[in-house]
Amino acid sequence: MRTRLITGILSAVLLSVFLGSSLALAAEPIKIGGLFSVTGPASFLGEPERNTAQMVVDEINAAGGIKGRKLQLIAYDTQGDSTKAKQLVNKLIKNDKVVAIVGPSTTGDSMAIIGDVERAGIPLVSCAAGSKITDPVKKWVFKTAQNDGLAVEKIFDYLKKMKISHVAILTVSDGFGSSGREQLKAKAAKYGIKLVVDDTYGPKDTDMTPQLTKIRSSQAQAIICWGTNPGPAVIARNVKQLGIKLPLFMSHGVSSKKFIELAGDAAEGIILPSGRVIVSDVLPQQDKQKKSLISFVKDYQKHYKAEGDHFGGHAWDAIMLLKGAIERGGVTPAGIRDALEKTVNFAGIGGVFTFSRTDHAGLTKDAFVLVQVKNRDWALVK
Amino acid sequence: MKRELLKFLILAILVAILPTLLSGSYLVNVLIFVGIHTMLAVALNLLLGFAGQISLGHAGFFGLGAYASAILTTTYGINPWIAMVAAAVAVSLLAFAIGFPILKLKGHYLAMATLGLGIIFFIVFNEAVELTGGPSGFSGIPNLKIGSITFDNDLKNYGLIWLFTLVTVLLSVNLANSRIGRALRAIHDSEVAARVMGVNARLLKVQIFALSAGISAIAGSLYAHTMGFISPTSFGFNFSIELITMVIIGGLGSIYGSLIGAFILTILPEALRTFQDYDIIIYGIILILMTMFLPGGLVRGIPGLLARLRPADKQEEG
Repeated sequence: MRTRLITGILSAVLLSVFLGSSLALAAEPIKIGGLFSVTGPASFLGEPERNTAQMVVDEINAAGGIKGRKLQLIAYDTQGDSTKAKQLVNKLIKNDKVVAIVGPSTTGDSMAIIGDVERAGIPLVSCAAGSKITDPVKKWVFKTAQNDGLAVEKIFDYLKKMKISHVAILTVSDGFGSSGREQLKAKAAKYGIKLVVDDTYGPKDTDMTPQLTKIRSSQAQAIICWGTNPGPAVIARNVKQLGIKLPLFMSHGVSSKKFIELAGDAAEGIILPSGRVIVSDVLPQQDKQKKSLISFVKDYQKHYKAEGDHFGGHAWDAIMLLKGAIERGGVTPAGIRDALEKTVNFAGIGGVFTFSRTDHAGLTKDAFVLVQVKNRDWALVK
Repeated sequence: MKRELLKFLILAILVAILPTLLSGSYLVNVLIFVGIHTMLAVALNLLLGFAGQISLGHAGFFGLGAYASAILTTTYGINPWIAMVAAAVAVSLLAFAIGFPILKLKGHYLAMATLGLGIIFFIVFNEAVELTGGPSGFSGIPNLKIGSITFDNDLKNYGLIWLFTLVTVLLSVNLANSRIGRALRAIHDSEVAARVMGVNARLLKVQIFALSAGISAIAGSLYAHTMGFISPTSFGFNFSIELITMVIIGGLGSIYGSLIGAFILTILPEALRTFQDYDIIIYGIILILMTMFLPGGLVRGIPGLLARLRPADKQEEG
């Protein structure tokens, strides 16, 4: 009996799978694909991105769509695995026949699918940060997340102003950290900065005392740490425990309240480059992005009862950029691509975007502001 | 023997006609991965199903093959075919050398040692940034070529991969039915008894480990050349587990079982995609049900289950 029941359930499940896949063809909305790492190690990127993308699409539809046509977001989970990303991009292109794709969330996933979108001629607006994605420029590939290099420049600018020339860097050994390390090393000479210690730590390490002891006995005048939570919080605590008095800089990878929660008092005084989302309420009125920022933060709070962050912001920018491109260039992939490339002064969440034939990342170092942790909150560094 | 040949012919014909039914669909691309996964599952099955030696590090060998091919062709400009052979030979030799100390271990200890091995490889892929490109991956890997044919689209790659897969299946079936296959099964059942019967158990285990790693490396090479891009996320611990699941779902010690296991585990997530966020839960439940009711794997389990169903109706067994 029981076995029969189970066979029954199983066949019902299978049947609904097949029915479900053939039903989706009825209406005629504009189809946009989404690839986000909603589960897996990079879920902290993919989840807010997917949520935001869906929220923005719903809002556009509620306001009547684009030129009377609704948008449809077909979003898949890559699990942060480039094999899956590759399979899913094929599905989006060949099966779902989307006109443009938003995402993926990680640099690895984005690099994996560039070949496919280039061959198929489908515009891709990646939400990942790696500068490799749009350097060299690929015809069909754009991105919204700020290049790591811009954040590095922002810190180095400040160091130069403070007359600091000997710096220790401590980077995490994952995609984010290794890209940051590359940029730090590449740009140091231009600012007359010498990297006296260049060390790494693992993404799951829980104690960085050995690396910091090495830094303490070096000539370093400042420490730059490049990583995403929770590593940098551990480093902040270790620095305090060891009584190291050097100024500590972090990357934009930790610019969320979560970092202050994790590091506690050890976070006080830390300076980092960040997008404007976390300081949206203290920005001056004349800031170009203020309107977009306030509306994004408010909407996200309303829909998901959580604070909107940079990652969601990347998806917000991607969808809004596509919306603009569709309005100006029509609904064909080629039309969207050409219109995207002509985007000028679009004030989004990550910064003010201006794409061109030679720049598909579209941002300058003004996309970042320097913020400092003061009284467990963010303050703008003048 | 005739039955084996017939089974293989049916498979070969299926493989040949499937793409014509699906032409232009993204499913051809999915079937390419089914092929690669089949090679890996069959290779692992030789070790796990026949010799009874577990490996939780096979994704590492797969990755080594992929990275060796990628680095040799892209960084050093070596012909992809030569790179593939070099990768397979190097990985086999490496596995042979590692096999001697590691395969002395048994049960949980062997599982842990191979687990560690896989993790070491994964860390190397991530950390040797100059060599492997690190976590953001290695791109620009050239496609394979024969004369003027470049394997640059799904259909051609499908043909290429499945040719390799069919050869792997054929060789493995032959191996399984040979003296070596019987010796391996003897080791599986009782290593001491096998030794008493004159089987050089230690050497044979290491040899099959090396062969299994070598096939995995070839699969890795093929993967690298068809994808054109590789990153460490594809060769992690999770993938090792996925491979073991394919072998177990299909049936330990059944070559065609591995094929079916690879097919199901690759296709199922695609089919479940319509359930959106719940797909992972349903996927998990299906796997649990399969292992509960078909512990011997699909190939052996389904006839057994059918046989059990008939008397079960009368006396309601637990």
